[in-house]
Amino acid sequence: MSAIARDDAASAAEAVAVHNARVTWEGCSVLLDINDGDRLVFCRLSPAATVKIGNNNYSLRPLIGCPFGSLFQVDSGADGPFLSRVDPSSQGKEVPDSIDESKDNRALVDNNKAQTLTGEDINAMRSQGATGDEIVEALIANSATFENKTSFSQEKYRLKKQKKYAPKILVRRPFTRSICEAYFKKYPHRIGFLRVDTLSLLLSMANVTANSNILVVDTLSGILTGAVAERLGGHGHVCSAYMGGTPYSLDIVRMFNFSSEICKRIVSCSISDLSTTDTANSENNGKHVAATESQPMTLQPSDMEDVTVSLEKETSYNLTETNGSFNLKPCKSSKAGEPASAEVVRMWKESGFSSLIIGAPDIDPWSIIKGLLPLLSHSAPFAIYHQYLQPLATCMHNIQQEKLAIGLQINEPWLREFQVLPARTHPHMQMSAFGGYILSGTKICGSAG
Amino acid sequence: MLPTDETKQLSFNRRIAEGDLVIVYERHDTMKAVKVIAGSVLQNRFGVYKHSEWIGKPFGSKALSNKGRFIYLLAPTPELWTLVLNHRTQILYIADISLVVMYLELVPGCVVLESGTGSGSLSTSLARAVAPSGHVYTFDFHEERAASAREDFEKTGLSNLVTVGVRDIQGEGFPDEFIGLADSVFLDLPQPWLAIPSAEKMLKQDGVLCSFSPCIEQVQRSCEVLRSSFTDIRTFEILLRSYDVREVNIKDSNEDGLVVSGSRKRRQFSQEDAEENSGHQVLARPSPEARGHTGYLTFARLKCL
Ligand SMILES: C[S@@+](CC[C@H](N)C(=O)[O-])C[C@H]1O[C@@H](n2cnc3c(N)ncnc32)[C@H](O)[C@@H]1O
Repeated sequence: MSAIARDDAASAAEAVAVHNARVTWEGCSVLLDINDGDRLVFCRLSPAATVKIGNNNYSLRPLIGCPFGSLFQVDSGADGPFLSRVDPSSQGKEVPDSIDESKDNRALVDNNKAQTLTGEDINAMRSQGATGDEIVEALIANSATFENKTSFSQEKYRLKKQKKYAPKILVRRPFTRSICEAYFKKYPHRIGFLRVDTLSLLLSMANVTANSNILVVDTLSGILTGAVAERLGGHGHVCSAYMGGTPYSLDIVRMFNFSSEICKRIVSCSISDLSTTDTANSENNGKHVAATESQPMTLQPSDMEDVTVSLEKETSYNLTETNGSFNLKPCKSSKAGEPASAEVVRMWKESGFSSLIIGAPDIDPWSIIKGLLPLLSHSAPFAIYHQYLQPLATCMHNIQQEKLAIGLQINEPWLREFQVLPARTHPHMQMSAFGGYILSGTKICGSAG
Repeated sequence: MLPTDETKQLSFNRRIAEGDLVIVYERHDTMKAVKVIAGSVLQNRFGVYKHSEWIGKPFGSKALSNKGRFIYLLAPTPELWTLVLNHRTQILYIADISLVVMYLELVPGCVVLESGTGSGSLSTSLARAVAPSGHVYTFDFHEERAASAREDFEKTGLSNLVTVGVRDIQGEGFPDEFIGLADSVFLDLPQPWLAIPSAEKMLKQDGVLCSFSPCIEQVQRSCEVLRSSFTDIRTFEILLRSYDVREVNIKDSNEDGLVVSGSRKRRQFSQEDAEENSGHQVLARPSPEARGHTGYLTFARLKCL
């Protein structure tokens, strides 16, 4: 038991170094944020990988070895347009410092005649090697109405043209924060409409920390499993438990840059195997493996918004950590979510899980938790996410009636973002009105204990 | 409190031992942290509890008082600790804490700088996130507060993860030894804008800073300073709405406007019908009282060079 629980210090350090790396490498997963969140694309960097922006395909090679957080733009070169890094010193959004009150919109007529530059003119500029920024400036210079716009509308106009003619690409680290936000924005149904603040609460309420053994029921494409694995950092285990014969998809886990050390700590196991008292049952184990083999987890192309480089294309790249102290293999996606070994299952049965998180919108919470609570250590916390209140209310009532847990609470987070600008601070006009409900509590020691 | 210490890991086999920190749970809003000492007793409105009777029981067990009233003995977690710690200052609670840890992108091994330490409520969760190999360096200019926080981290077993320094961060900034080494910086200071230039020097490229301020004017000034070297500047407010769950009897009215659940009427139904129509339902509604404001959380990412 302790052989599993204890970590090999070196590989743990490796796990942290890869995961917390601040510079990209060949084979790493990145989140491309195009034009301030207009498009979000997960890519795996390789010299052959490309991303399509507008009508052009751009090689991702210039992104290899750049710091996360770097900004790229389209530049024209001898071989056509390519991605080039924006000089950070020239960066910086010009925010109008105050509202220019001397101008207003009363004389503004928007009739498309205001622009004297034609599409042909723009194409001609392009073929002469003009940069996107130069085109934007030309558009502004040739706009009859620009001068009379308020500084606020001028900024809006500039931004609109910039997005079209000089797109900006920000290289983001694929962390729980950015991954959850990207899915919530583009494909919320794939993560059961789990908002990032709700996810952050689940992780706190379930006391997720290194050296724990966390049980999850995650039918949210693996966002929960990935988030827990990120917090474990290669110490302890996250067990993705499933009903029936097929593990739930862990697609999103592949978006993280998990080292093989972290991936090894992501395992799956059927609830029935976790619940049986006889662990050495070989027949059971056989079934378990067979079920896992039939699982199509690694072969589907990622369906994140027009991902031009599917994450599965990766071959065995050798990652080199920037300071040269590690030579690491990337996380083979197939490694994450392998069946839990008999040894580790035995350890869980002996010691119990440290906590439980459930994110399974299609399963009744009470029907699932009553079977799982006995698998948790005494005094272990748990948190259940659901989009609907009633199933959680019923579940809470039943737990109370059967005296299985205390500190039971149902909470709903409310998150409001603000625009903070000189003399123009106010809440965002659009907000997410709902982030889901959480039932949390602490398992108590019944008469059996 | 953290499983980094293998002897403190939760397990079916773990028993309460002399010297352990337990959270004594009376009700969800009445809890207390107690250090188990064989000869000691805990006294509350329910009577007297002998610590010696707790030793050897699993965490999560009931303990009885001399009057036969019971409490639960829970293993400490950062969430429970936030609810029981001594308030020497205003503190951060679970909703703000959770968002901070997520947005600061903390993972095991990270180095975080924090000021002020206050009552150490946030520091405890920061420590949990960076354990076992990372570290929290937290600074407060108030000597006694720093000392009490240190004692608390000793009590909760976090002293190997958290170092408390006494320093005026608004005046002097963070110590130079951390330049370029911090993955994240957190500020809960009255004039955070004074500490931001120093925070900027401490952060690694693309590192995240968070500032918590109760007033919008503080946010306004901080954001003005942030704009020169930070990007992705975002300000949030997060609140929790909690729900009361109760079994309530909502009566159904029949065509005559008579109440179905009346005993006379019910006799006409079979037993099953009676149960279905008696109107007992488990229902939830928002709790009438809630915290209306804690503060604004402003996050910003250091621009890459
Ligand atoms: C509201 S408390 C922080 C609470 C803390 N976030 C928590 O969750 O427990 C603010 C702290 O900042 C400290 N402080 C105020 N000005 C300071 C300065 N210039 N340098 C360092 N600490 C300062 C105060 O002494 C106080 O303890």
